[in-house]
Amino acid sequence: MDNVSSIAMVSIITAGLTTSIGCMIPALSEGKAVATALSSIAQQPDAAPTITRTLFVGLAMIESTAIYCFVVSMILIFANPFWTHIIGK
Amino acid sequence: MNLTPDQTVFWSHGFITLNLTIVTTWGIMLFMIIGAKLVTRNLKTTHTISRWQCLLEMIVTTIKEQIREVGLEKPDKYINFIGTLFLFIAMCNIWIILPWYEPPTGSLSTTSALAIAVFLAVPFFGIQKSGFFAYLKSYIKPTFIMLPFNIIGELSRTLALAIRLFGNIMSGGMIIAILLSISPLFIPIVMKALGLLTGMVQAYIFSILATVYIAAAVQESIKKKKLTQHNTN
Repeated sequence: MDNVSSIAMVSIITAGLTTSIGCMIPALSEGKAVATALSSIAQQPDAAPTITRTLFVGLAMIESTAIYCFVVSMILIFANPFWTHIIGK
Repeated sequence: MNLTPDQTVFWSHGFITLNLTIVTTWGIMLFMIIGAKLVTRNLKTTHTISRWQCLLEMIVTTIKEQIREVGLEKPDKYINFIGTLFLFIAMCNIWIILPWYEPPTGSLSTTSALAIAVFLAVPFFGIQKSGFFAYLKSYIKPTFIMLPFNIIGELSRTLALAIRLFGNIMSGGMIIAILLSISPLFIPIVMKALGLLTGMVQAYIFSILATVYIAAAVQESIKKKKLTQHNTN
């Protein structure tokens, strides 16, 4: 197998793995955060606005890790530096 | 497939390039400035105000209230920066209902510029509030060992701000482009509606995180002042 096809294969497999793991674990933790927020809203409905605001900020923090994984896999597929290096040579 | 609107170049000379991001950004800036000028041309304090003045007043009051809820007591000082951030990002993201429009927030250069603005605004407000050395002292709290971690935290949260906004908006456009080639009839519309929601949430989160960072830099000094007042009493 030459350089080009091995780089392509490794990039595609890594992109798939990155997105799948990076979706799985943030989804678990987001579910945990939402469940905790819901139970605390059920206990204290008066504090709902504060809890909701904090929940949104926290969810964005968690989701940004998933977004990092997505950006890395997009770079691997569409803007791969090794691929362009090999092709340009 | 274009990843960002940076790749659509209209004109380039030397290192100056005029791409779609810059054109859209300036278009939105002109729209917002001219709109605000037109609305605030004749402001009234009587019982009946024009509906556009009512709209602007509602926006400003809501942003002020949100800033106050995060913990900044005098929102008038910070609304220039935070309100502009929110309105610009929201305006960029909400216009994806127009056909052939590509949001400038889907380009990493725009979002890094916004994140660097936040990165510079945090020490600016902190120094303005408590003075240069008192602000620098907040880096070695609680102990001196935390200094490198505090600096790394400042840098990494700036990176996170930029990548978060870019990734969310870019992924929205990307999903619509992929779905258009799979099932072009109804599904892209649903995803576009989801993209509108994501865009508004991201605008809110970007500005609320900027507010939280500024509040953390400003409140360090407030806490200290309260402590000293308590001691003198």
